[in-house]
Amino acid sequence: AAAVLCPVRTPLAHRGGTLRELCGFLRGLAAGPETHFGFQTVTEAERREKIYQVFESVAKKYDVMNDSMTLGIHRIWKDIFVRKMNPSPGTLLLDVAGGTGDIAFRFLNYVRSVRERQLQWKLRQQQNLSWQEISETYQEDKVKSLGDSRVVVCDINKEMLKVGKQKAQHLGYSEGLSWVLGDAEELPFDDAKFDVYTIAFGIRNVTRIDLALREAYRVLKPGGRFLCLEFSHINNPLLSRLYDLYSFQVIPVLGEIIAGDWKSYQYLVESIRRFPPQEELKAMIEDAGFFKVDYQNLNAGIVAIHSGFKL
Amino acid sequence: GKAYLSRTEPKVLDGRSGEEEEVSYQLYPGHIPTSPLQKALLAAGSAAMALYDPYRHDMVAVLGETTGCLALPSLRDKMKHHPEGYRILQERPRIRLSTLDMARLRGLPPGSLGREYVRFLEDNKVSPDTRVPPKFVDDEELAYVIQRYREVHDLMHTLLGMPTNMLGEIVVKWFEAVQTGLPMCVLGGAFGPVRLSTRKLQVLATQLVPWAIRSGCNASCILNVYYEQRWEQPVESLREEIGILPPP
Repeated sequence: AAAVLCPVRTPLAHRGGTLRELCGFLRGLAAGPETHFGFQTVTEAERREKIYQVFESVAKKYDVMNDSMTLGIHRIWKDIFVRKMNPSPGTLLLDVAGGTGDIAFRFLNYVRSVRERQLQWKLRQQQNLSWQEISETYQEDKVKSLGDSRVVVCDINKEMLKVGKQKAQHLGYSEGLSWVLGDAEELPFDDAKFDVYTIAFGIRNVTRIDLALREAYRVLKPGGRFLCLEFSHINNPLLSRLYDLYSFQVIPVLGEIIAGDWKSYQYLVESIRRFPPQEELKAMIEDAGFFKVDYQNLNAGIVAIHSGFKL
Repeated sequence: GKAYLSRTEPKVLDGRSGEEEEVSYQLYPGHIPTSPLQKALLAAGSAAMALYDPYRHDMVAVLGETTGCLALPSLRDKMKHHPEGYRILQERPRIRLSTLDMARLRGLPPGSLGREYVRFLEDNKVSPDTRVPPKFVDDEELAYVIQRYREVHDLMHTLLGMPTNMLGEIVVKWFEAVQTGLPMCVLGGAFGPVRLSTRKLQVLATQLVPWAIRSGCNASCILNVYYEQRWEQPVESLREEIGILPPP
């Protein structure tokens, strides 16, 4: 079985290896500390550039690819994520790396339905009031379907934001939504502005995760919640092998066939392996100052939701 | 703080130890090493996608690369055993806008290969630079062979006198299928016609395809012709030399 999986190799590439290493070392001295891009070793500057290019390239086919790779299951993960958030009307959400808007739209749907239920309950309470009293409440209570909830979608990549805006227009989302170009490691917002900070399938692509977590802490109000949805590690060895097989054999092929882009999806599966596992990410979130940090595994650890509070 | 840098190396399982070293086993620029399972998935997927969306030329290319494991070596051997083909393998000429002197070719007398080739490119509004470079061929020389086949494709159109519409492409595919034995050409020739009207299908079946097949069998290997050295040669004489029968 291993032979089936191992690609063709030749010793050709070993020539010039040491020279390349030397050049890489000298380049590294100039361009900053070393980090990883999938399974490659690159400088931080190179990594940021490469990741920008990956998302620039996949932006248009992002949603189609998500559906094909996860057989639509990513939609359920995101539904569970927003349900866990359980936002009430009036919440101000910052969705970082929110690109094509999946979380933002779900948030708006959720608060809208909660608001509807609130209004219905209020109406029922008003059945026994006099006409005078009812008309007074109509004036003060201009029916706000979202109840003042707002979401700011922040993403570092212009192409992803563009796709997100087009989707919003197409699906009819206009109220309570704004789009901001920004870097998770250095957010363009003031301190203590948001009630909830979310980052779904984005933190894996951040180069300095510690900086992003510190920024998250900074922009949240006291009592605010940090929520992170990300691919994580499977403990079960059998499931892990099957998942690896699927990831490395099938996903880049899907990328080539559907999006004409093998390399971006090869990067994706490699970056999942490079990302810290559940406990390690929990420790990093605690380091940034969050309390009551916890995580919930979905699908045996393929995906995990981490949550923390700023107290 | 720096927790993410201090984590241990990713667990190396059997399948993945191959992936970790993949990047250093690139045999030529653009090469992506693939396992047999991946090649099979790519072949199936690209065939389906090419049928679904005929404008995905990259899918036709991928299909050719992943199914050509028998045909490409035999083509390379045919080239090696022919003096002109051997020279092509040594010198590795490329047909690209940067290597072609378009002005000189346009100035050649009408009826010559160069003039007719430029006329074909302009009439059909195509360029030789749109050929996708090979990615999934696991041998550097075979990668050149398939690249050469792709670049010579437009010259085939010129020699056969076929335009780049669906009908013309199918005829050229049948010719190439006989010539090269590439499964992609066979599949393209067999499945391409599903999108044609019955009238065109009739012309195809009764006249064009039999002629293409006969020409393909009669002609010597088209990859063994050093086209770049024959721009001045009249098309008719080149047709006779190769063995392409006059079109119906």
